[in-house]
Amino acid sequence: MNKTLSINGKSYTIEVQEEMPLLWAIRDIIGLTGTKFGCGVSECGACSVLIDGKLTKSCSMPVSYGIGKEIFTIEGSSENLEFLREAWNDGNVPQCGYCQSGQLIAATSLLDKTENPTNEDIDKAMSNNICRCGTYTRIRKAIHKAVALKNESI
Amino acid sequence: MSKIQHVNRRDFVKLFGLASGGILLGCNISSDKKEFIPQMDGAFAPNLFVQIQKDGNIILLAARSEMGQGIRTSLASAIAEELEADWKYITVKQATGDAKYGNQNTDGSRSVRTMLAPMRKMGATAKAMLITAAAKKWAIPASDCKAENHFIINTQNNDTVFFGDLVEEASKVAIPAEDSIQLKKVEDFKFIGKTLKSVDLKDFTHGTATYGIDVRIPNMKFAAIARCPVTFGTLKSVDKTGAEKTAGVEKVIEIERIVPPTGQFFGALGGVAVIANNTWSAFQGKLNLEIEWNYGENHSFDTAEFKEKLTARIQEKGKLVPGSRGDVKAAFKDADKVVEATYHVPFLVHSPMEVPNATAWFQGDKIEVWAPLQDPQTARAELAHFFEIPLVNITINVTFLGGGFGRKSKSDFVVEAVAISKKINAPVQVVWTREDDIKHSFYHATSAQYLKGGLDKNGDVTGWMQRVAVPSITSTFKPFSEYAAGFELGMGFTNTPYNLTNFRLENVKAESNLRIGWMRSVVHIHSGFGNNSFVDELAFAAKKDPVQFHLDLIGKDRIIEGKSAHPYNSKRMKAVLTTTAKNADWGKTLPEGHGLGVAIHYSFYSYVATIVEVSVKNEKVKVENIWTTIDCGLSLNKDNIKNQLEGAAIFGMSIALYGKISAKEGAVEQHNFFDYKMTRMKDAPNIHVDIIDAMHEAPTGVGEPGVPVMAPAICNAIFNATGKRVRSLPLSDFGMV
Repeated sequence: MNKTLSINGKSYTIEVQEEMPLLWAIRDIIGLTGTKFGCGVSECGACSVLIDGKLTKSCSMPVSYGIGKEIFTIEGSSENLEFLREAWNDGNVPQCGYCQSGQLIAATSLLDKTENPTNEDIDKAMSNNICRCGTYTRIRKAIHKAVALKNESI
Repeated sequence: MSKIQHVNRRDFVKLFGLASGGILLGCNISSDKKEFIPQMDGAFAPNLFVQIQKDGNIILLAARSEMGQGIRTSLASAIAEELEADWKYITVKQATGDAKYGNQNTDGSRSVRTMLAPMRKMGATAKAMLITAAAKKWAIPASDCKAENHFIINTQNNDTVFFGDLVEEASKVAIPAEDSIQLKKVEDFKFIGKTLKSVDLKDFTHGTATYGIDVRIPNMKFAAIARCPVTFGTLKSVDKTGAEKTAGVEKVIEIERIVPPTGQFFGALGGVAVIANNTWSAFQGKLNLEIEWNYGENHSFDTAEFKEKLTARIQEKGKLVPGSRGDVKAAFKDADKVVEATYHVPFLVHSPMEVPNATAWFQGDKIEVWAPLQDPQTARAELAHFFEIPLVNITINVTFLGGGFGRKSKSDFVVEAVAISKKINAPVQVVWTREDDIKHSFYHATSAQYLKGGLDKNGDVTGWMQRVAVPSITSTFKPFSEYAAGFELGMGFTNTPYNLTNFRLENVKAESNLRIGWMRSVVHIHSGFGNNSFVDELAFAAKKDPVQFHLDLIGKDRIIEGKSAHPYNSKRMKAVLTTTAKNADWGKTLPEGHGLGVAIHYSFYSYVATIVEVSVKNEKVKVENIWTTIDCGLSLNKDNIKNQLEGAAIFGMSIALYGKISAKEGAVEQHNFFDYKMTRMKDAPNIHVDIIDAMHEAPTGVGEPGVPVMAPAICNAIFNATGKRVRSLPLSDFGMV
């Protein structure tokens, strides 16, 4: 049956089962592969997207959940995400890069909610995302840096 | 390294699908012992390429897999350095898996070690050609020209000309003789040894880098495979009905186990493959299979029993290992104090964030593969062998790797994809679930070690005896390999950094009931843990400061010439330790419940010392700070080295705190990240990395050497904080995290 999903402001009408996790609809049916598969059970955060602004593990929510809502992925752009990208770039954060889509989406969600997060806020918000390369300390610094860049721009 | 030469334009287009204009340079480097470079009819077979285009863009063809170690950036910086290029014009492309490019195997922390000099020479050669072209244009001597930031400058009148505008003329210039090429002095480096951003940052932050799992080719299918929970078990029967009824599933097929010939290759486990039109349907279909297995002879394997078995065996004499010296028996007899200890490391799994996956298209007389591979050439040779297709008709496109850590140098997942593609006559992407990855890997082996040391009245070590039982990687290639191989003991056991007069090493039997492989830093994980934990115990028994005790044990300045080009230099080992101690303010007063622990290790020809500060509260351990120092010779890209050492600290923490694969009735018990845990942001300490300035030394390994020190430094810090010795990993076994 045809379903319509709105991703990064664009409408996609696809033929898909309602119970398929959003992750696979986004990757395999729609073809936006920036959102990653890591565990399939909500443990690693590689598949993180924002749905109506709420941080969501797309591997564990069905397509039906996303219908009629606005889905935001790493292919999208927002003010906070752009500052984070700049900070990621500045701090040379990624190693293999695979988990960074999810890390950036989780960090975007953090900054959307918390203007100036403390280390404790970051630990809490970012501990659902695994980076096997171990770039955590750089991610922590880059989130602070993104806040600084944003404040400078005002 | 062969001479640098012009590349035949037609070949270049064919090889890379790149436009052929501009300056094209290639050379052939043989990177190491495992070299794999055919000299077809004596023809020039370059494996390292640089192209300078008319718009000034410089394209470097990298023959190493990028798995997060920053190799693409590091190699580009060497070219840019000698060429006096502007960084913004540099792009790096990935070579396909082809013997033409030399050994592409990306492990053993060897890429920079072997490729730096050729890359620099290529850059210097191109620069000389551009200068020749500019000199001709201005009708002045070449000596009046210099290169700077992508321009050639007339030093007499400061006229400038852009690299790109010289390309046409320069491409006709004869390649200068190798002995006329001048390399830059260390003092003049602009890129090498500096902080450079990854060339792939934009793709990494926009989700546009193509990993293996992101490959999409027309009409491709997706496949998931159900494999026997017990290693090398086989299919007894399968009821496919449920899987076939699953929405999106197109076909369910049986695939045979592909057994590798003795001595080489990885083969594939076999099982039941579910083919679907999307990944999730394939996963769902797999869950709906009803399968009965013949478990086979590994069914009785139990890691808890195996641990006991190895522990018992190391109480008895093992096989004497060459390199043992002196008389430990006499040393123990005369000792003022004898210390004994037994250490354990469990089985571990790499679990890179991108699961094993491969896309393959078997087309009758040829095969094309897209996959995240550390060793595309072995994969290619393996496919040629198993599918009886000539090597030249097999193309392997290496994608970005979402982490490797050794897992992706084993090409079983590629063999699976090709086997399925052949059966269904269509391109197919095989994707492992995380559960597959954790339950069917090539595991980092478990180990048991027994150590015995003698101390004299001054607290100096007079004798050192070490028995090691560790299932061998060799068992993956040769059945009945039941002792660690020489190359394995050469990772930190036979070549300890300590100056030991009476030293005895014994190799103890350890069979394999899981597939054994190598994981980031390999056997050094065992030697690093055993050696450093025991030195800490000896220091305590001798009532000496652990840092000073390590320094004394490393001993006087000495250089040990090995078989390699990188002799061990004890002075460099001591220097990383004293630097780390200074950075950590070793000896400072610590808050209540805090402790410091130290460890050193020599691996992949690099020297590392680490000090860890932990806090222990209510018997829970938190790693607060890590100070780590590396001497890796010439540091090509300082920030990348720091990033690698930070990552190694986190990886090593995962080993110390959480890492454990256990098996019962032959089957691995862990499933996913909820029971195979790893370090997360909440655990991440402050990490302070220092790099010794050794720009005149040859570059040595960076990706792996930071790992082996972490577990022992953490455990030594716990002892310092609490007086409790942890001799068996991980800490989670004792409820300490």
